[in-house]
Amino acid sequence: MSERAQRLLELADDELVLGWRNSEWTGIAPSLEEDVAFSSIAQNEIGHARALYELAAADLGTTADELAFDRQPGEYRAAPLVELRFVPDWGRTIARHYLYETADEARIAALKGSSDADVAGLAAKIDREEVYHRLHAEMWVDRLLASPDGRVRLIDATRELWPYALGILDDDLRPTWAERVRERLGVDLTNGDAIARGAHADDWTALWDEMTMVRRSVPGAQW
Amino acid sequence: MTSVWEVFRQERKGQAFEHAGSVVAPDIAFAEAYAHEQYGRRGESVALWVVPRDAIHELDDFPDELGRNYHRVDGYSLKVKLKEARERAGTATP
Repeated sequence: MSERAQRLLELADDELVLGWRNSEWTGIAPSLEEDVAFSSIAQNEIGHARALYELAAADLGTTADELAFDRQPGEYRAAPLVELRFVPDWGRTIARHYLYETADEARIAALKGSSDADVAGLAAKIDREEVYHRLHAEMWVDRLLASPDGRVRLIDATRELWPYALGILDDDLRPTWAERVRERLGVDLTNGDAIARGAHADDWTALWDEMTMVRRSVPGAQW
Repeated sequence: MTSVWEVFRQERKGQAFEHAGSVVAPDIAFAEAYAHEQYGRRGESVALWVVPRDAIHELDDFPDELGRNYHRVDGYSLKVKLKEARERAGTATP
């Protein structure tokens, strides 16, 4: 597999799996307005995954659907951070949302400067939607930091997820992003070891099983 | 504490803003985000106004004690008068 296809799949898998996890809040978010907003973000992430899979599929001589649903669990390249199941813990969900969106911002910004015109163009399109994901994450961080209980929930969850979050970015982008998070949250987070992609969270197999069950129910069908 | 925010949307540049609905949110940042998702993400708006409901002054008292219905656009019905005039003239339509 080409380096390009490999990198596209990492991105696409992150977006698909996080979109799936965020969509688990549809119908049970803390308020109706939040239900609509978070479901919309989830749907955007899956849309980004689709566009990224299409680019990769052209390189690999396959289709976006086959990449999204027909691989074995061990073949996915998603970071373990996005595989974790948090429902019904909103504090952890927002901590992951903030950590992922800020890391993704750094990654997308780098891709916008890519010499590969297709990749740079898609990154620019994705970034225009991600602006609203970041606004959403930042407003929730403000809200949680504003109350003692919210603050404890957000900081505890961030500390717990920190090694996973470090696994999103490559070494070159990681330090600047990590410093930004430390400053924003006002907490001391040591760099430490990252839980990197390639490994999978324990929650992953059950998610893969559910995510692919319909495709697997009639193998090879034209839908 | 959440409160209600009224949302007005403009469909195309230059057009008047029309009331679209409302969102429930704890502050203006949340209200903007929720309005954006509910009234703007499908290309149905080029701009939104988000206004705290408390900032709106509602007027709903329009007394018409003397029945001066000729002030109103629907107050002067031609239909009955026309029928009477036709009967007097013997030209009532079938």
